[in-house]
Amino acid sequence: MSVHISRHVDDVLDNLSTRKDVTILAGGTDLLVEINFGRIRPSNIVAIDRVDELKDHSRNGHIRMGALVTYTRMLETDVGSPALQEAARTIGSPQIRNAATIGGNLGTCSPAGDTLPVLAALEATVVLRSKGGERRVAFGDFMTGPKKSVRRPDELIVAAEWEDAGEAQTYMFAATRNAMAISISGLALVVDRARRRVGVGLGSCGPTIIRATDAERFAAGLFDETGWDRPARPSDAAAREFGRLAAGAAKPIDDVRGTVAYRRHVLAVMGARALARVAVVP
Amino acid sequence: MRIKLTVNGDEREAEAADHESLLTVLRESLGLAGSKNACEQGECGSCSVLMDGELVCACLVLGAAAAGRRVQTVESLSDGDRLHPIQRAFVDAGAVQCGFCTPGLVVATYSLLKRNPEPSEQEVREALSGNICRCTGYGKILEAVDRASSAMYRR
Repeated sequence: MSVHISRHVDDVLDNLSTRKDVTILAGGTDLLVEINFGRIRPSNIVAIDRVDELKDHSRNGHIRMGALVTYTRMLETDVGSPALQEAARTIGSPQIRNAATIGGNLGTCSPAGDTLPVLAALEATVVLRSKGGERRVAFGDFMTGPKKSVRRPDELIVAAEWEDAGEAQTYMFAATRNAMAISISGLALVVDRARRRVGVGLGSCGPTIIRATDAERFAAGLFDETGWDRPARPSDAAAREFGRLAAGAAKPIDDVRGTVAYRRHVLAVMGARALARVAVVP
Repeated sequence: MRIKLTVNGDEREAEAADHESLLTVLRESLGLAGSKNACEQGECGSCSVLMDGELVCACLVLGAAAAGRRVQTVESLSDGDRLHPIQRAFVDAGAVQCGFCTPGLVVATYSLLKRNPEPSEQEVREALSGNICRCTGYGKILEAVDRASSAMYRR
């Protein structure tokens, strides 16, 4: 095994382009579990956790979050998405949040990655860089299956970007307890009042993060009626219908964390609650 | 792989074998057995250490990638036989039963009180949510953190 500690993006890209079988190590909270349990034995590791260029975060209407922004930093600074902060707080424990990063969540690309439904609902873009240059991939096109993405072996995830969608957004999840539990299902709702757009991202209920487009259209119709610019409480029936449509988009499986029926049930409940919560936020 | 790192203020050289975690390096190569090895997946917090000042699970840090880091373990807290006020508070509150989780909880408490000297109970609960105790049921642990906060900051 070789371990290379990188301090610059260009050095990481050199390693990715010239060496075979390179495994990128960011916060380590996923990779070390795989190594500790003997499930993988990476031969060439490039540790990127000291690449300062990837720790930048900027917001000015448009948010660019460097791949190495940790969940702790998301909680300590105004990162430009309240839902992302809620998701960051659900993840792991202080120990995990100090190490784990947004880029790591994207790199692992698990359907249970808690930041990913939020990135889907925000219509975020994943920025990938290689020796050949940079390309931007919509999050909806980035993830192709459980732990599978369109990232090529010579590419590094350098940032996630999205347009500031305002304050009317939330992330909810159900798990056996608040800390240190993989979510049974998660739901992100973004109501971008300025752009008149609703985004719904579902996690842990399909092979990829799922956009609940019927629920999005239904909610957009409600805001068309009540006015996008002002907070308005939806009727119970409307909130329930939104939850039903959100749950209908899920493609869950039975597994150790929950059954198909339970996942659909919690998604419907979370959907209704999320709409009721977000619709009254200016 | 030979690595150099700073452990409890001292420059140390250690052997980090392929795929070994920082926890294994601390325990096996450097003989610092205070950080405990249990879940090896960041769930239990028994291996909590500070790395460059941040609370992390040593089991989730690749040993060879910890070269050049500044690591602080539970062994740094007491001064010979003189316990750190946090350790004293755990003893006085009876927050120790089998004792396996205690080093991790002490380090997590140290990290918390450094940032937040007088935390609310909710803040303590959240700060210690990554540390699992299977004996005492946490009541005494919460009491210990409160005692430590009083001893250290509310004079």
